[in-house]
Amino acid sequence: MTGLIRYGAYLPHHRLRRAEVAAALGERGGTGSRAVASYDEDATSMAVEAARRALRGLPEQARPQRLLFATANPPYLEKTNATVVHAALDLDPSVLAVDVNGSVRSGVGALLLAAEGQAPTLVVLSDVRTGLAGGADERDAGDAAAGFLFGPGTDDAPVIAEMVAHASATGEFLDRWRLPGTPVARVWEERFGEYAYGPLADASFTAALKSAGTTPAEVDVLIAAGTHGRAVRAFLAGAGVANVADSLASTVGNPGTAQPGLLLADVLDRAGPGQTIVLTVLADGATTFVFRTTDALAGRRAPLPVARQIAAGDDSLRYAQFLSWRGQLTREPPRRPDPVGPVAPASLRTAGYKFGFAGSRCLQCGQVHLPPVRVCISCKAVDRMESLPLADIPATVATYTIDHLAFSPSPPVVLVVVDFDGGGRFLCELTDVDPSAVRIGDRVEMTFRRVITAGGIHNYFWKARPVPGDASAASSNEES
Amino acid sequence: MASNGIRDRAAIVGMGCTNFGEHWDLSTDDLLIESSQAAMASAGVGPDDIDAYWFGTMGSGISGLALSRALRLENKPVTRLENMCATGSEALRNACYAVASGAFDVAMAIGVEKLKDSGFSGLVSNTVPSDGTAAQATAPARFSLLGPAYAKKYGVDEAELKDVLTRIAWKNHYNGARNSRAQFRKEVSKDAIARAAPIAGMLGVFDCSGVSDGSAAAIVVRAEDAGRYTDSPLYVKGLSFVAGPARGNMDPAYDYTTFPEVVAAATDAYRQAGVTDPRAQLAMAEVHDCFTPTELVLMEDLGFAERGFGWKEVLAGTYDLEGELPVNPDGGLKAFGHPIGASGLRMMFECWLQLRGEAPEARRIKSIEAGRKLALTHNLGGHPGECVSFVSVVGYEPDA
Repeated sequence: MTGLIRYGAYLPHHRLRRAEVAAALGERGGTGSRAVASYDEDATSMAVEAARRALRGLPEQARPQRLLFATANPPYLEKTNATVVHAALDLDPSVLAVDVNGSVRSGVGALLLAAEGQAPTLVVLSDVRTGLAGGADERDAGDAAAGFLFGPGTDDAPVIAEMVAHASATGEFLDRWRLPGTPVARVWEERFGEYAYGPLADASFTAALKSAGTTPAEVDVLIAAGTHGRAVRAFLAGAGVANVADSLASTVGNPGTAQPGLLLADVLDRAGPGQTIVLTVLADGATTFVFRTTDALAGRRAPLPVARQIAAGDDSLRYAQFLSWRGQLTREPPRRPDPVGPVAPASLRTAGYKFGFAGSRCLQCGQVHLPPVRVCISCKAVDRMESLPLADIPATVATYTIDHLAFSPSPPVVLVVVDFDGGGRFLCELTDVDPSAVRIGDRVEMTFRRVITAGGIHNYFWKARPVPGDASAASSNEES
Repeated sequence: MASNGIRDRAAIVGMGCTNFGEHWDLSTDDLLIESSQAAMASAGVGPDDIDAYWFGTMGSGISGLALSRALRLENKPVTRLENMCATGSEALRNACYAVASGAFDVAMAIGVEKLKDSGFSGLVSNTVPSDGTAAQATAPARFSLLGPAYAKKYGVDEAELKDVLTRIAWKNHYNGARNSRAQFRKEVSKDAIARAAPIAGMLGVFDCSGVSDGSAAAIVVRAEDAGRYTDSPLYVKGLSFVAGPARGNMDPAYDYTTFPEVVAAATDAYRQAGVTDPRAQLAMAEVHDCFTPTELVLMEDLGFAERGFGWKEVLAGTYDLEGELPVNPDGGLKAFGHPIGASGLRMMFECWLQLRGEAPEARRIKSIEAGRKLALTHNLGGHPGECVSFVSVVGYEPDA
């Protein structure tokens, strides 16, 4: 049986309260909050985080043979972004990695291609939404990512949800669009979109359910995604399904390309076996999936549920800081030389470390090295090393400092020395943290970030961050 | 194989040192001319008497030409070298070896740095093209990592440790206020030091050394020839320089309360010099106080305090100008300033003044009258976990 094998969602640490936005702009109201990618995150880095969660603990033979990366906000054009995800996951070079980028619809398209693929395919949907200060997109959008591995089930990695059916309805009309290089999406009059989407959504929904041999009454959960809120609500109202999934509008916002993935992950976090989950996505047409969960789901849910990530969000972000992170508030940089970007040849030579965060362990004495080295710092043996992936190993803060002088898009920089469980030490930035809360002995984990963009090059590398949520609870989220 | 040293085989017979500070009116060449002229005058020699040059600068010039062009040297051997903050000391070490070997009769060690032309208030260093994985941490941040680690290991309250660091800065400013060549020549109150704008971790702006322009130079000859130039040479007792394996930032065994490289260099230099109890034998020490926690840790690494007790010695005034073992009587990097390539030779310049009784009355140390005959200079380049270190011991008498 081919179907969904694993999934994982990623919500960034920060939340922006809508009341904070309103207050800053001299307006009233604002309810709930939205998820905000930090200054050191983009669609690619968040895709890596979601994909890592989707693949955590996966048997080697179930690893993906294809990787699809969808976003409406790709950090690079011309150059493939999926190759960064590929490298960070340390996938085999034989694994095809391609972008399916540019439009919000690319997310649902990539999801379908992965679900229908012959080879085990990892699809990652990720978005950092754009929009101008005070606008509806800024208020209602959110940043998130979700990854799904589809493939033939095995005893070690069984199918947790089958794709029973799908159906699409495509239409060409102007509802929402954005010109390359501009941050602002434009939208046509709202009532027109509702008019255009209505029949397409109904058509895909009806066709998919018919193909699955089921009826709205038999659907356990209906998820609807799409950037046209009014059209989505109208579709849900007329679908005839009693149980409709939370849109997470008040806690996350709408993460565009990633929304279908995030909402599906949230539902899978709680779904029981044998449930029928229908996902309808309204984006330049409509596509409906019918999934049916299996008994295998219960033991193989994402390591960090969406709900726990929502609960762990930090909503202390100030609006001015948010604008600064988004480049809409230009702050004076420190009076220091401009940072320089990484160079291509060095980045290629060290790709296993820079992207995959693999150190080396001495075969002679066991000493762990980060970065990987050829000469052991302890026993001096030369070229007696094995590669040692450390991205998923937790660590403890040995000492730390707050650097008020270092260049950063969001000073001050928190610098930590961390010691990994089982050996290995690393000096790096600590991110997603209140500088005043750092202490020796704090537990941290590694996270993939866009450290800086300099010289027109995105510098991706790893940082430490506090273990999100309740660490002990996160490792035992499975209901019995 | 052994590090045999050249105890009492080389001697310093002349030194010169410019004022350190913001020399908007002086070029690198001007600084080199000034320090070399002063050194030659001090030894009573001219350019024709000098056979070879060791020229240290971290980034203010490339190749021997940067010196030979400034001084218009006629086809003399000029070695340009760089070893981070130990650059000036490395020029001296290599010049001493050159005369001790007999290869040359008279050599000059000279160091210079022109930091204030960069347009930035802090230190600007060249960046090697890289994969972008190295943490973008400033030097004060790297050294401030010592603070919490030291406090935790020895059970010192962080507020108390801040007092210790403040006292180190206060002491060095006190000394610098008695030094006409120093960049900062005013005493600074402990309150002002403690309340300064934060830079990194526990460090405020007064916990950091001065960024400055300057140059210093020394004339060295074989010890047996020293009497031809001066009645009061400084004899080189021990010279040690080590580059570490860059281990601390990747080995959990390192605890950020010591510089193993400094311990290694000190052990080697003490052995060469026959020093067995540095705290009791040394008249003074010029140590690399780039940041206040550095000086604290150095007191223990150099054997001036028991492990874990350096902070108490600092508070007790052991290293004050009037203390048992004066440390940085010239104000140190903190107050004298830190033109990288010149600093090691600047430290030796203070030993030159103090051991020969030429230091101004206001900062003349008493330990020499008490019979102590040796002085130490020390540099550290890099940062905790990954550094080079230099230690020298000099004295005003040859050993029997």
